[in-house]
Amino acid sequence: MHEMSLCESILQVLEQSAADRGFARVRTVWLEIGQLSAVEPEAMRFGFEVVTRGSLAEGARLEIVELPGQAWCMQCAKTVRVQQRFHACPDCGGRQLQVTGGEEMRIKELEVD
Amino acid sequence: MSQGRMVQIEQDILSKNNEYAAANRRFFSEHGILALNLVSSPGSGKTMLLTRTIEDLKGELAVTVIEGDQQTDNDAERIRATGVKALQINTGKGCHLDGHMVGHALQRLKPADGGVLFIENVGNLVCPAAFDLGEAHKVTILSVTEGEDKPIKYPDMFHASDLMILNKTDLLPYLDFDVEKCIDNARRVNPGIRVLQLSARTGEGMAGWCRWIRAARQLALVEHPELAASA
Repeated sequence: MHEMSLCESILQVLEQSAADRGFARVRTVWLEIGQLSAVEPEAMRFGFEVVTRGSLAEGARLEIVELPGQAWCMQCAKTVRVQQRFHACPDCGGRQLQVTGGEEMRIKELEVD
Repeated sequence: MSQGRMVQIEQDILSKNNEYAAANRRFFSEHGILALNLVSSPGSGKTMLLTRTIEDLKGELAVTVIEGDQQTDNDAERIRATGVKALQINTGKGCHLDGHMVGHALQRLKPADGGVLFIENVGNLVCPAAFDLGEAHKVTILSVTEGEDKPIKYPDMFHASDLMILNKTDLLPYLDFDVEKCIDNARRVNPGIRVLQLSARTGEGMAGWCRWIRAARQLALVEHPELAASA
């Protein structure tokens, strides 16, 4: 359900770009999705196919680049990898983490005609 | 097959919504309005909390309400019964309010300068976390009849919220709900989150919530000293 809303937002961006940049069809969409962004790539693919039917992106390929979750640990004073937002620092077990990467939900580039 | 042309986009998926939210935020700032986005699961007691809050505050503050539900006008009716302006937005198949819907509602509602706008989002702990409406704070309402692990099951919402309200505390004697555990879970996803415990039904703890609203409103009025005294 969440991914469906996101796919509708993606379609809005595609339609706007088509008007601004002068293209008629979208063949491929590259997304950058962070691991902490609560987006399920499979649900995204499904939603994308459904939402783009009858649009300028019908049948387009969806390429999802997953970006790792990263946080700055204040105890260790360094960047550590995190799998989930509520996980503790893998090195010191502390919870004073500032997420620095992995929240991305970005449309990176398009292949168009 | 020949290759198509490559177009660099580098745009956030929610960029369109974020533009609408920024316009709403500008409106709130220009008019000294405190906007609060209330989010929760269905059945947490949001609407009852809201009607009770309005009863407590309407004598001193100008209150306006935007109600989001998939269907029906029932909640807006409940709010209007308290005597304040309320507009219902039906999202249909949509599972959240977005910045565009709220912008339209503002044009129709015309909330008073220096007042408080409550936006009661669709009951859903997932999608509303991602959609900025231009509010000053997201407030998550969690009732003690739900699980104490909800903050870690739906971390994004609790991460995005500045305040968690634990509602229905009058039922605690009949439940196994572990308040400390729940607060600990919320702090795991958001170390800075503030927590208030209350029962909208008995009124216990409501005074603290009203104090929080008044304090937040003072911040919304920093650049509007002329509105500070008005109701």
